Amino acid sequence: MVTVLTETSATELKAGPGVPHSPDGPLPKDELWLSATDTAAITGWSMKPEGFCKDDICVPTPPGKADRFVQGDSINVSAFWELMGKPAVRTADADVWLLGEGAGPRNDALLSLQAPGFTLPDLDGNLHSLSDYRGKRVLLITWASW
Amino acid sequence: MFERVKDEDFMILSVAMDADIEAARPWIEEASPDYITLIDQNHLLSSLYNMFNVPQAVWIDETGTIVRPVETGGSLDITQDYDQETRAQAKLTYINAVGDWAKDGSSSKFLFGRDEAKKRAPAMTNEIALAHAKFQLGQYLRRSGRTEEAGAIFAECCELHPDSWNIYRETAERNERGLAAGDEFWEKVRSLGEKQYYITIDMEGMPG
Repeated sequence: MVTVLTETSATELKAGPGVPHSPDGPLPKDELWLSATDTAAITGWSMKPEGFCKDDICVPTPPGKADRFVQGDSINVSAFWELMGKPAVRTADADVWLLGEGAGPRNDALLSLQAPGFTLPDLDGNLHSLSDYRGKRVLLITWASW
Repeated sequence: MFERVKDEDFMILSVAMDADIEAARPWIEEASPDYITLIDQNHLLSSLYNMFNVPQAVWIDETGTIVRPVETGGSLDITQDYDQETRAQAKLTYINAVGDWAKDGSSSKFLFGRDEAKKRAPAMTNEIALAHAKFQLGQYLRRSGRTEEAGAIFAECCELHPDSWNIYRETAERNERGLAAGDEFWEKVRSLGEKQYYITIDMEGMPG
């Protein structure tokens, strides 16, 4: 079993990585292989003829290395993440993965001056999104108990 | 502290960067209910807004545009030698500026133009992005009871992003008052030397 985290989700998958890989390739632990369906459900990215795509963005598979990225219905999500400059981190046992966001998209977002959206709970567990307060001026301020 | 600036066109979203909701609860229940307090267990805001300590604040206008990028909520630089009075004056200046913006909106003199706001946007490095990813993985492990693995990951986070006290203090040992302010923390403060830790709060009337 493997748990795949994103910034906003946690998904437990019964089938782990364990997809065939070339004998001289890296250990399977270093790679997160997911079915096309799981990949799309968890990350929103999917394989198209142009490459690995989400919305208007497509990342082509590097020439001659298709096997490292796609095998049948399985996608090497961690390899695509690395290719895109996004952090894909895992536990030593590779039973929990986190697919993070890279510095580039973060900087682009901040330089656009559009306040990055988020949804977080209050003490009672009610969810609040920044976009709920569009039309008001918002002072977003952090603090902590520590 | 912001009670004087309440207005129907203005609101405060106060976000607790606390993995432990129960640690944050008494603070929230004691605070004024005039603003909304949210809990950010994974420090998502640190990652989205490139924040590294508390309190840090962002001003967002009616259209969702950042009109003052991340800066401290009126705290003068910890590495500089200011007296209490000056620090208190800085806080007050900041609160008054928030009040002015709450009242005057887009005509407030405390807003940055787009070019200036972009210049003040903090630049994230690959190391910082990696630290945030690992931190979230560590938080998940900690919540799952895998504290030893989480601890090893948090140590990596602190190396990748040494300036982040959000990461360090959240994950360091706490004293009996719940504060991560032991000798190691103060050693970290001292090791900053005179390095500027925060971006200067560029604001009329701000001391320092």
